[in-house]
Amino acid sequence: MKRLECLQAIYPDIQDCAVVTIMGATSAELHSLGHRANFFYLTHAMGLASSIGLGLALCRPERQVVVLDGDGSVLMNLGGLSTMARYGPRNLLQIIFDNESLLSVGGFPTATATGTDLAACARGAGIHKAITVTTVDDFASAVREALSGGELACVVAKVEAVGPAGYIVDTHLLEDRFMFARAMREPAPRESPAEGGKMP
Amino acid sequence: MPVSEANSRVVYEALKASGVRLVSALPETWLVHLIRLAEEDPEMILVRLAKEEEGVGISMGAYFAGVRSALLMQNHGFLQAINGIVSGAMLYRMPLLMLISDRGHLGEKDPWQTEGGRYTRRVLDALNIVHDELSRPEDVGIKVNRALALSQASLAPVALLMTRSLLWEEPAP
Repeated sequence: MKRLECLQAIYPDIQDCAVVTIMGATSAELHSLGHRANFFYLTHAMGLASSIGLGLALCRPERQVVVLDGDGSVLMNLGGLSTMARYGPRNLLQIIFDNESLLSVGGFPTATATGTDLAACARGAGIHKAITVTTVDDFASAVREALSGGELACVVAKVEAVGPAGYIVDTHLLEDRFMFARAMREPAPRESPAEGGKMP
Repeated sequence: MPVSEANSRVVYEALKASGVRLVSALPETWLVHLIRLAEEDPEMILVRLAKEEEGVGISMGAYFAGVRSALLMQNHGFLQAINGIVSGAMLYRMPLLMLISDRGHLGEKDPWQTEGGRYTRRVLDALNIVHDELSRPEDVGIKVNRALALSQASLAPVALLMTRSLLWEEPAP
């Protein structure tokens, strides 16, 4: 399956969530499906998307947070799995698109190409709800179940190592960062206004 | 262990008074009391890290959530976190308050702590990160408050180096 097909399948489910995505193909594909102020594209700081998601989820427990991660990024911050598991926010879902490749920098194989199992890493770290899926239907079901499950979850989607022709999106990273900060301080569409964040 | 409990409390109270509600930390000897105070405080979210760089991401998430945060670490932890600081906090113009225990200076008896102290200030300068020292308990409150104000106004990291004079109570010779 392709990552873009997966993103298309769950877009309606995550469109109102606080979404933090890694750089490169994942960012560009999510952006191509429709940019929203509640989507944050971490175009650098590889590995830290899950840490940003954790900080956000711990500070805004009423807000569903979705991290779109990749095998290369997770391998750079494996310790972060243990930190997520340790605090286990119920409102955090980590989706890992595992294409066994550092696609954005030329397609070099990562360790998941030679046997590293990221769902097993997540379970070993203490994230009990961590599964691997290989079809779009299974992926969409797993994401929906995780979003309604009220428990920290990790869904590893095995996807093909293909992506868009380019990774440049038409919002500048700082423009996106300020829009996201503003969006996070407003109540989510399905949240009560009383729960909205305040400016620090 | 002669880590100053009283001065650790002064630092902790300064963070609280400045509105910090999340602290992420990787333990080291000088930080034990500070981390324990955060852990015992129901108003504080404490995130124990596996690696200091994670703390940069957690502070970015907290900032987006509208929560003031601080990152507690040793200077070797700061050196560890540099890519996150540069390509996360600085690239994205994020406020980031770093409280760094400044090992490796006069009086350091642990050979393994002696290298990082030589480079910490020079690396902070190279990164153009404003930094100051916390050495006297009477200055801590105002400096923490001002560091946080500057970090938020400049949308940039600010570092406070907690020295041996502040955190270590030498036993009488």
